[in-house]
Amino acid sequence: MKKRDAELRDELKSHLDMAITDRIARGESPEEAVAAARRQFGNLSQIQEATRDVWGRRWLEHLAQDVRYALRTFRRNRAFALVAILSLTLGIGANTALFEVVDAVRLRSLPIADPGGLLEVRLASMDGARGAFHTPHESVTQPIWRELQARQQAFTLFAWSRASFNLAEGGEARPADGLWVSGEFFNALGLRPARGRLLSPEDDRTGCAPRAVLGYGFWQRHYGGDTSIVGRTINIRNRPIEIAGVAPPDFHGLEVGRTFDIALPLCAEAVLSVNGKGRSEAGTTWWLMTFGRLKPGWTLDRATAHLAAISPEIFRTSLPAGYPAISVEKYLAMKFIAEPGGQGLSQLREAYETPLWLLLGIAGLVLVIACANLANLLLARATAREREISVRLGLGASRGRVIRQLLTESLLLVTIGTICAVFLAGAMGRWLVAALETSNRTITLPLIINWRVLGFAVLLAVATCLLFGLAPAIRATGVSAASVLRVTTRGASAGRESVALRRGLVVVQIALSVALLFGSLLFTRTLRNVLSVDPGFRAEGLVVAEIDSARMRLESDRLVAHNDLISERVRSIPGVQGAATVAVVPISGNTGGNDVWPETNTSARFNTYVNFVGAGYFRMLGIPLIAGRDFDARDKPDSVAVVIVNEAFAAKLGGASAAIGQRITREQTPRNPAKTYEVVGVVKNSTYLALKDDPYPTMNYAGTQDQPYPDMQLMVRSSLPPTATTSAITAALANIDSRINVDYTIVPTMIRDTLVQERVLAALSAGFGALAAVLTMVGLYGLVAYSVTRRSTEIGVRMALGARGSDILRLILRETAFLLAIGVGVGVGLAIAGGHTASSLLFRVRPYDPITLLASIALLAAVAFGASYLPARRATRIEPVVALRTD
Amino acid sequence: MSTYMAKRERYQNRIELLQGTLDLLVLQTLQWGPQHGYGIAQAIQAGSSDVLQVDTGSLYPALHRLEKQKWISATWKLSANKQRTRVYRLTAAGRRQLASERSRWQTLVDAMAGILARPQESQS
Repeated sequence: MKKRDAELRDELKSHLDMAITDRIARGESPEEAVAAARRQFGNLSQIQEATRDVWGRRWLEHLAQDVRYALRTFRRNRAFALVAILSLTLGIGANTALFEVVDAVRLRSLPIADPGGLLEVRLASMDGARGAFHTPHESVTQPIWRELQARQQAFTLFAWSRASFNLAEGGEARPADGLWVSGEFFNALGLRPARGRLLSPEDDRTGCAPRAVLGYGFWQRHYGGDTSIVGRTINIRNRPIEIAGVAPPDFHGLEVGRTFDIALPLCAEAVLSVNGKGRSEAGTTWWLMTFGRLKPGWTLDRATAHLAAISPEIFRTSLPAGYPAISVEKYLAMKFIAEPGGQGLSQLREAYETPLWLLLGIAGLVLVIACANLANLLLARATAREREISVRLGLGASRGRVIRQLLTESLLLVTIGTICAVFLAGAMGRWLVAALETSNRTITLPLIINWRVLGFAVLLAVATCLLFGLAPAIRATGVSAASVLRVTTRGASAGRESVALRRGLVVVQIALSVALLFGSLLFTRTLRNVLSVDPGFRAEGLVVAEIDSARMRLESDRLVAHNDLISERVRSIPGVQGAATVAVVPISGNTGGNDVWPETNTSARFNTYVNFVGAGYFRMLGIPLIAGRDFDARDKPDSVAVVIVNEAFAAKLGGASAAIGQRITREQTPRNPAKTYEVVGVVKNSTYLALKDDPYPTMNYAGTQDQPYPDMQLMVRSSLPPTATTSAITAALANIDSRINVDYTIVPTMIRDTLVQERVLAALSAGFGALAAVLTMVGLYGLVAYSVTRRSTEIGVRMALGARGSDILRLILRETAFLLAIGVGVGVGLAIAGGHTASSLLFRVRPYDPITLLASIALLAAVAFGASYLPARRATRIEPVVALRTD
Repeated sequence: MSTYMAKRERYQNRIELLQGTLDLLVLQTLQWGPQHGYGIAQAIQAGSSDVLQVDTGSLYPALHRLEKQKWISATWKLSANKQRTRVYRLTAAGRRQLASERSRWQTLVDAMAGILARPQESQS
């Protein structure tokens, strides 16, 4: 390119030289000849331009020229370039990171063959389902699955469920993430093994000798990717299981956010269970999710009609004996539907989809604020470069060409910022995912920079560039060349229009900041409100031990003594202050519930949570007894069945003292007939499921009146650190029998883990809110400083005429107050609209909470006046003489 | 390119060249042998008895355009007074192009002449 330019220049020069030589030869004087030849020749650079046009690489050349020029400008204004790139990197990076996570949990399809063709076949409603539920998602029982499988013809169908497999042989548990899968699972998903083979329908026969498929990550982690793994055995639930193969690397199951270590066929559930029957026979254990692909020749409409047609038959034949009469009709009316399932299921998605979109929106607004700042910076620079630009316009550059050049600068900033942002986004996304993890929930969420994420980043970059670059560029080139060149006074050419634009940008910043600060205050208050909820018991020092003695195969009479021995040994550990059995650990997420009514008044039926607790449970937790007595030695399996209820329950019976002695009937359940209990005690309300819940009726059965189970949950209060407590318990259990398995939950950690959403929202929104405030501060500072410079003559005159410093201060701050008033006016509207959107995520604070709103306005006003004060002070120190002389 | 000429009009007797006409004149001039840009301009001017003034701002874009079409080729040569000049020569494709351009031009001239030579009786 350069060589060609030089050659063209040489060629044109030779032309001119020859013309001059000819003229001299014709007798003109050298001076005349040069002048005349030049005149005839015309404008050298214009000819060059016109000729280069013919070469046809003009835009590329212009771009290269513009980029070179922009880089030179950045080198001269390092601070500007650095601030711009940094804020773009942070702004675009935060947005891309959030989008990456949204993409991973919401938008992306499963890494399987033809994810679009995968359908979920699920119950339209779980209304008629009674019994035990192993997943929050719609699920079916084993008998329903068998009927569905036998009767449907439209799908290649499979069932699966999540599981936890203990790999330890006695002692403390080593849980692995597991999957139960029916025979068609891997085949229908179109997966190929990384090693060995995957499970097939032959592996899933009742009474099978189970074979395992390992997850790729587990194979790498635990076996170092050992290639001789196929055919070896792994101990699962104390049973050696042959390894059939390894699943492909990117397959993590159908649950987004979770992975699996080991997959076993459904038939293994019964084989590995303590009683050898497992959940298979129970028509009241809801645990299987069913997915499938349409067989050739079937359409979704036909398949849906088919499912509707076979549903009544499925539920008639699968109705378990002794199903609660009140629910039979609803059970028989249940119906299967088919829905797209290519994105899998995700508890993560259900819990965090709304907060993630909200955070993405917040991050977007912060980016807009950052853009406004950059636009302001560019406008300021454009004012400073007014002369340069008007000279270039005057020398014949077209306005479009100059705009293109100014936009190239913006584009270059954005390009550099976006490249940095994409790298930053990966780290930020991983950090966000890690922040959502809890002690018992590891999140496996591959964050991939795919075309969607990249497209989002590029789109953001282009929008950003236009947002902050275009207006200043158009503004800058709008000045007439003559006016600028004629007027020599500093700053006089900066028209009112430019100032209005800059003020507008600052108003936008203020408005958005008010909304963002309001949002972050709402979430912070929500977190504080949840944290300050009194659960009604003391959580510190509490540890739950899940103790499983199933391998000892004790008869129930010996089991009672065995469990008592365990409790006794644990209580005698130094530092342990108490231990009591409990069926449902509060705030663990597990629940049990039934309808109850006073024995003589069936119409006063109401719903209650239920629990089984041992003697001393309430005392140990610090839940005060209000009336009656605690469970004690009187409560034997054959004595009168008793319950202790909470205040909310007692309120239904006419208050605490009235409740004592009343007889309460619990409805028939799938496993038990209706039964009547006597209320012997009332305790204060305490949290059962979630800190956010209002008090709800709760009924506690006496643990000693329950049938003994080989697996018991022991709640332990100890003054030792949790790890010391757990290792002491493990040692005590090993002393009793080496076949006892145990797993622990630290209660304070468990409770803290339930507040991840509130924590993340509060932290991120506060971060974004603070960022917004800082950016607005910078924007306002820049504007006021500029305005002081622009009005220095006016201020000088005023001071010369006797204005005092405080008058000038007021003059300058009045502008801030004006902008603040407009910005806050708009911002309050935005804030209330935003609060309304987020209302489902708030706790004990109204989405339009006036005090919070006032606080955010006050906060921003402080920021605004703080930002304006410095330049305003500078204005008061202007020397009238100096200010007037500069003109 | 001709619009440039119009704007920078300085000679009363100059005739504005039609688009594409300059290309034909350049090809025609090069038919008599290799020549540099200045020489081509001079030849056209002299050949038209100074009626046609070739604007440098049109000539060089035209030369580079013809070169891009591969109708002419260029080499650097030393001129008589030891000056480095870029000399253009007609290629075989250029010769064919010249022939077809010439016949098209002839058709145009005949057509124009036919119209212009008609008696102007309708005017009176």
